[in-house]
Amino acid sequence: MKELLIILIASALVNNVVLSQFLGICPFLGVSKKVETAAGMGAAVVFVITIASAVTSLIYSCILRPLDVTYLQTIVFILVIAALVQFVEMVLKKVMPALYSALGVYLPLITTNCAVLGVAINNVNKDYTFLEGIVNGLGTSIGFMVAIVIMAGIRERIEDNDIPHAMKGSPIVLVTAGLMAIAFCGFAGLL
Amino acid sequence: MNKCVERLYNGIIRENPTFVLMLGMCPTLAVTVSGMNGLGMGLTTTAVLVLSNAMISLLRKVIPDKVRIPAFIVVVASFVTIVQFLLEAYIPALNDALGLYIPLIVVNCIILGRAESYASKNGVILSIFDGLGMGLGFTIGLTAIGIVREIIGSGKLFGFGLLPASYEPATIFVLAPGAFFVLALLTALQNVFKAPSATNVPAGEGIACGGNCGNCSGTACAANHGILEAERAAKKAEALKKAKAAAEAKAKAAAEAKAAKEAAEGKEE
Repeated sequence: MKELLIILIASALVNNVVLSQFLGICPFLGVSKKVETAAGMGAAVVFVITIASAVTSLIYSCILRPLDVTYLQTIVFILVIAALVQFVEMVLKKVMPALYSALGVYLPLITTNCAVLGVAINNVNKDYTFLEGIVNGLGTSIGFMVAIVIMAGIRERIEDNDIPHAMKGSPIVLVTAGLMAIAFCGFAGLL
Repeated sequence: MNKCVERLYNGIIRENPTFVLMLGMCPTLAVTVSGMNGLGMGLTTTAVLVLSNAMISLLRKVIPDKVRIPAFIVVVASFVTIVQFLLEAYIPALNDALGLYIPLIVVNCIILGRAESYASKNGVILSIFDGLGMGLGFTIGLTAIGIVREIIGSGKLFGFGLLPASYEPATIFVLAPGAFFVLALLTALQNVFKAPSATNVPAGEGIACGGNCGNCSGTACAANHGILEAERAAKKAEALKKAKAAAEAKAKAAAEAKAAKEAAEGKEE
């Protein structure tokens, strides 16, 4: 139990997926204009990464390792993730239309989100068990959600401020991200 | 031959993936802690890009249109796996330095983007040169950013001491926040000089990514391009309408003025 908690905190805060591992930068910068959409994107990522890390660690330990074809992991993982996102989209549409209408727009954006593949490969590299893999996925995606929602909150505030011409648009967003990364460095002492 | 050179020029300068298209931001930020790492990552990506472009161009008439994206992904993933094992065997130091980011080349949008927009429509030789140009452009971008971060952050250049020992290195530039700051400076400079870059595209309202191709992860792009086009067309039509209305108003005003003048003249007479 203690190990799981450590994995959760380490993946969510200390090794934050966006701010220290630089995975999923694209949605982090692209979909963080409003808190609402950022929260939607974050929720969709939590949903997909948790399911994907469960499925990929099952596939790795039940299919790839027994057959001794672990060198296929990159190919298998990316295909599984792409198929999974499509599948999740279809299931949500049928079973939970309310959730689908909230997350639906963001789901296709996630297929090529490197964070999903990154978590799957991380789980394998660190030799996590099935349960540890799921917790790592959950922690990572919570870290993503926290980062993107904070970012959106700050950007909403920045929006009406008088920014120097040169810093308008992407530069000020990147500076904000850098300052957030410094703040998240503080979590390093947590473990 | 001219076309091949044109492809190289296009990839390295006109559509440089790092400075102009702003693609593949994840590796750009993550591995550029030193010039050497940037160079290694760039060349690895170039190798994958050239091989996958060649293969996809060869297979372009075989792959059915409907399943082309999964097919491209499989091709790219296979080459990434091959390159990863080659690195592990022959340059283990680089493999350790880049770590997780080598398998993640699969999801680098430059590779899938070139496959979709160029290799699937053009011949093998041209596609290879296209991949080479784009890859070298990416390598130059990563190396340049890596050199800047290395010099400021540790006072070295490719591992050799460059600045005098009295220079206190600003370590933050080789840590995670430094990556964001260097990129922020880069985009700020592009803003000032109004350089042709994806970050300078005015954002569209109707799409999640804001029409900023620098933040594009690829999948939703076809639909987004449709929306962007429609938005631009609407704006153009509106501008045209306004111009027309203005012209009409002008004509009307002129006619009225003329009529008034004539009336005045008539009165005078």
